[in-house]
Amino acid sequence: MRFGQGRSGGRGRGSDKKDKEKQQGQRRPMFRRRKVCKFCADKIDDINYKDVKLLGPFVPERGKILPRRISGTCAMHQRKLQTAIKRARQLALIPYVTD
Amino acid sequence: MSDRQYELVYILPPETTEQQAGELHEQIASTVSRMSGQIEKTENWGRRKLAYEIGHFKEGVYVLEVINGSGELMKELDRRLKVIDEVIRHLVVRVDEEKKVVDRTRTKRQSESERRRVKRGLPPQRQPGEGRSAETDDMDDDRFDGMEA
Repeated sequence: MRFGQGRSGGRGRGSDKKDKEKQQGQRRPMFRRRKVCKFCADKIDDINYKDVKLLGPFVPERGKILPRRISGTCAMHQRKLQTAIKRARQLALIPYVTD
Repeated sequence: MSDRQYELVYILPPETTEQQAGELHEQIASTVSRMSGQIEKTENWGRRKLAYEIGHFKEGVYVLEVINGSGELMKELDRRLKVIDEVIRHLVVRVDEEKKVVDRTRTKRQSESERRRVKRGLPPQRQPGEGRSAETDDMDDDRFDGMEA
């Protein structure tokens, strides 16, 4: 049965939805920095597991690897970064977890 | 077949003396030479805090050895290090291929920049005082170097 579904379901028609999106966009004016891969910009070819200083900023407090969408690292360098961090973890240079 | 290059890092307990570390190094060196490899360099990083406890250790003495040799040699070394009780953690990584790639990209980038500079009628190397200095550069820097909201 289709009676009454329009209201209770909360799923508005096309126009409703667009209004919502517009509101959200206005509430939060985006000033986002353009992200650039640090390794490309600094021309760092070698992401080494021994270089804790280099890896440090990509391992936030919790000990997780910082995702690409936040750091802006390019795919190739994120991959290299990932192996470097994992190796550094094995050697207790970087924590697996911290809480 | 040409030799491969490996890096071996191992961690010893914090109370290890120079001498004990030296002994272990000798032990490794003898295994390496027996299986026709060679140690290219040894680096002692000294005492470091461990990022997490291993066993009951909170600190450790790190030693890095760069070894040229075969895969069998490293397998043997790996096996031995597992048996030796003083070694609380070790890691073997093959580095020669990675190194080759890094060298290649580096030389390629250099020659490319030289070519472009010559084309612009500049000397191939960067002159001192040329380009933007590091401090002014930092202001509108886009690259990531820390946490972001």
